[in-house]
Amino acid sequence: MIIEYLSRNTLALIFAGIACALLIAGAVSLVLRLRVPKGQANPVIDNLNARINAWWGMILILGGAFWLGPAAVILLFAFISFQALREFISVTYTRRSDYRALLWCFFFFLPLQYGLIAIGWYGLFTILIPVYAFLLLPISASLGADATRFLERAAKVQWGLMICVYCLSHVPALLTLDIPGFAGRNEQLIVFLLLTVQSSDVFQYVWGKLLGKRKLAPAISPSKTLEGLVGGVLSATAVGAAMWWITPFAWWQAALIALVINVLGFFGGFVLSAIKRDRGLKDWGSMIEGHGGMLDRMDSVSFSAPIFFHIVRYWWV
Amino acid sequence: MLEKMLSAALCGLIKTLTGARALWRDAAPSSQARVYFANHRSHGDFVLIWAFLPPTQRALTRPVAGADYWLDGGPRQYLIERVFHGVLIDRQIKRGNDPIAAMLAPLEAGESLIVFPEGTRNQGDGVLPFKTGLHRLAEARPETEFVPVWIENLGRALPKGGLIPLPLLCSLTFGAPVTLRPGEARTGFLARCRAALLDLDPSAQ
Repeated sequence: MIIEYLSRNTLALIFAGIACALLIAGAVSLVLRLRVPKGQANPVIDNLNARINAWWGMILILGGAFWLGPAAVILLFAFISFQALREFISVTYTRRSDYRALLWCFFFFLPLQYGLIAIGWYGLFTILIPVYAFLLLPISASLGADATRFLERAAKVQWGLMICVYCLSHVPALLTLDIPGFAGRNEQLIVFLLLTVQSSDVFQYVWGKLLGKRKLAPAISPSKTLEGLVGGVLSATAVGAAMWWITPFAWWQAALIALVINVLGFFGGFVLSAIKRDRGLKDWGSMIEGHGGMLDRMDSVSFSAPIFFHIVRYWWV
Repeated sequence: MLEKMLSAALCGLIKTLTGARALWRDAAPSSQARVYFANHRSHGDFVLIWAFLPPTQRALTRPVAGADYWLDGGPRQYLIERVFHGVLIDRQIKRGNDPIAAMLAPLEAGESLIVFPEGTRNQGDGVLPFKTGLHRLAEARPETEFVPVWIENLGRALPKGGLIPLPLLCSLTFGAPVTLRPGEARTGFLARCRAALLDLDPSAQ
């Protein structure tokens, strides 16, 4: 009966697959932990364990949102944006006269951006933050009559809004695309995007820990290695190609798209690491045990989501 | 009873809203009567420090607050008197007004204080010059530990004149306690306290 249900329900099948992968990861982590002599601490394995536990939580929340329907998926990503923006602005220098502009960001532009996805108004969705917020926020800040570091403040607020809200909102926006012959299955595009990009992060971590020797850029991210990058991107591209059957793509198209979003995802993590390093931070926050903050988990998605959205929209809609 | 519940609710609320974390960097909670001094940018400042003290200490720690703001005869007065057990001082300088005596009484009774030595909420960066009260307390009770507490982001989340709080993540950093050295002059002691506080500012690191 379960097999019959899974064969009819692609999403349930995929989540069952992820659960199996997590069980295997958990077993590996358990074996590693048993091999550590008693009484000795091993921070790498403790962190691995915390990461796997957190993955269970993230998968359950994402699966629950899919099960509840599109509105829940949009709300979930609105919350993810909210938390990411919160982490970003918390470590960004602003002054008293930016208070109003920041209120606009959190309580007007963020909900409106996701509201536009819910009502499917693509035209405004795509220009709300790059045009309207871009012009209105510095006007609001200038009314505070404080010129100290003005351009820097305005630029940082806009940048945070672009990365945390505009870019991430392209994930649930995939639900609004009208793809011939694919109606009612748009959630699977979200699964394809998230699974490919997140598995790239995981594989980079695994390959880096196993084989990593040549550091890519220790000044920006001490843990990123060439071996991790190549192994991670190639493995995750294979994962993407293997998921072609849940997408409107042919297998080779799925592989190419996976390659593009994995490379972008890598650089997303890289760019946001540069910002963290500049501020002297290791993590954006502490929300997700073992992973750091929301933005530590979503940095690669924020870079790959808009490009993935536009690739699909240009060639398949 | 109601006051206890209200205090637990307020502590939980401010911790949740601010997503705050406390870092006891160079000090640990202590049952000694001590003085916590912090940078001041928001009315929520002392509530946040208070919320992060262990519950047993919280009952024995009293915020020092300006009577002119809190004694409004309404809910504000109820909160400061019944829930936070604040030490209310008159910020006007006039004959017969001795705020230092008012602050020394709880210390003598074994209670700790939360004070904001800038005297008012700072709307800019850094820390304003300190009022002299810290030194006068130290002179009267030289064994007292003065613990610097840096409050990050709460003033940005709810600045002076703001109504809606920004959902910024706040943090508290407790620094190494400062004590009066024998014969130390007022300016030297205040400068040392202020430097110990500024040293905790993450944006200066």
